[in-house]
Amino acid sequence: MELAEQVLAGNRRALARLISFVEDDDLAARDALALLYPHTGRAHVVGVTGAPGTGKSTLVNVLAKTLRGRDLTVGVVAVDPTSPFTGGALLGDRVRMRDLAGDPGVFIRSMASRGSLGGLALATGAVVQVLDAAGFDVVLVETVGVGQAEVDIARTAHTTIVIEAPGLGDEVQALKAGLMEIADILVVNKADRPEAARTARALEVTLGLGWGHADNGAWRPLVLKTVALDGTGVPELMDALFSHRAYLQESGLLRQRERERVRGDLMHLLERDLVARLIARVGEPALDDWVRRIVEREADLYAAVQALLEA
Amino acid sequence: MSKRLRILVAKPGLDGHDRGAKVVARALRDAGMEVIYTGLRQTPEMIVEAALQEDVDGVGLSILSGAHMTLVPRVLQGLRDAGLDRVGVFVGGIVPDEDVPVLKEQGVAAIFGPGASTDVIVETVRQVLGEA
Repeated sequence: MELAEQVLAGNRRALARLISFVEDDDLAARDALALLYPHTGRAHVVGVTGAPGTGKSTLVNVLAKTLRGRDLTVGVVAVDPTSPFTGGALLGDRVRMRDLAGDPGVFIRSMASRGSLGGLALATGAVVQVLDAAGFDVVLVETVGVGQAEVDIARTAHTTIVIEAPGLGDEVQALKAGLMEIADILVVNKADRPEAARTARALEVTLGLGWGHADNGAWRPLVLKTVALDGTGVPELMDALFSHRAYLQESGLLRQRERERVRGDLMHLLERDLVARLIARVGEPALDDWVRRIVEREADLYAAVQALLEA
Repeated sequence: MSKRLRILVAKPGLDGHDRGAKVVARALRDAGMEVIYTGLRQTPEMIVEAALQEDVDGVGLSILSGAHMTLVPRVLQGLRDAGLDRVGVFVGGIVPDEDVPVLKEQGVAAIFGPGASTDVIVETVRQVLGEA
């Protein structure tokens, strides 16, 4: 039986194998992804992002447990950084997810970022599609610990949860562009700490500045407080998740976001293949020669690009 | 992108001393491998399940409690039952000399005692998993 058929039949070993092929960009993966594609589009994809140590893995763990309590199956993709020096990675998110062991309704996969800088690995989107096709109702995607501008998750996820820890900054931090803007739900985790109320208030004030009094039916990001370790605030977070899902469906945004995502993916693959084709045509030596000439100030970057494109 | 070695590092059983496991995980990471670290107090069933989901090439077990003759065979059997025969199994920790041949007979690829250098561990893992 084809790998893709085995995945559709619920074979977890085949699922794990296929994810590896997808990660390695193996040719076998492309055929399987093509076969699986008609079966995608059913899962709700939830992104969980935030700075290192804010509690992403712990929150993913408790979210998955709560979703299982509502009879929904859960796929988890947890991304950790690859070393830029050795190419190795230490993937440690499972440490906080031991509660999920032994549940056939859960599948957890750790992924190394493999040089990608936007908080996800290049192949994360395709791995999410595989889990979607395999029939998981919800796919939770945990990004690497991020700073301010790693926002790839917003394109992959339907609902993006941004986690903040208490006391990490004032209102000005919350005003900055980037991470804060992609939140559909903002969670102040570790809310048992004294600074939590102030942090939540600062976030709410900042959001309020952007919203004024207008009520145009758009989604207003929610600010919630949780203690992921003991589950405080998680039922409210679950409600927020479901109301965001409903909002996306009713407003037509679900479709619109999918169009944007597909367009982005299409452009990305086109760029990659076009560049590969161009390099195959002109050859690495010619490329190296242009690099040498630019360094020697015999030519400039723009002239090189023009010449290579016309070669 | 070419295939990268993926290794699960796990501590089965009840002893709570994971320094060795962390040192080895770090050394394998620095050797360019993708190391999935699962932490303390894993049952053999949890280890097998994680190995399956993560599609690893090898599993490293750190055992200091003396329970290796019970825990290791259960992991080996579990891997076989799950169809993961080709996954290489390594054991680190306190394993008396007389137990070494028994465990190897059962399918353990290599056993590292106290004082084993991380260089030797990395090289052995690479060789066993076919990436010398």
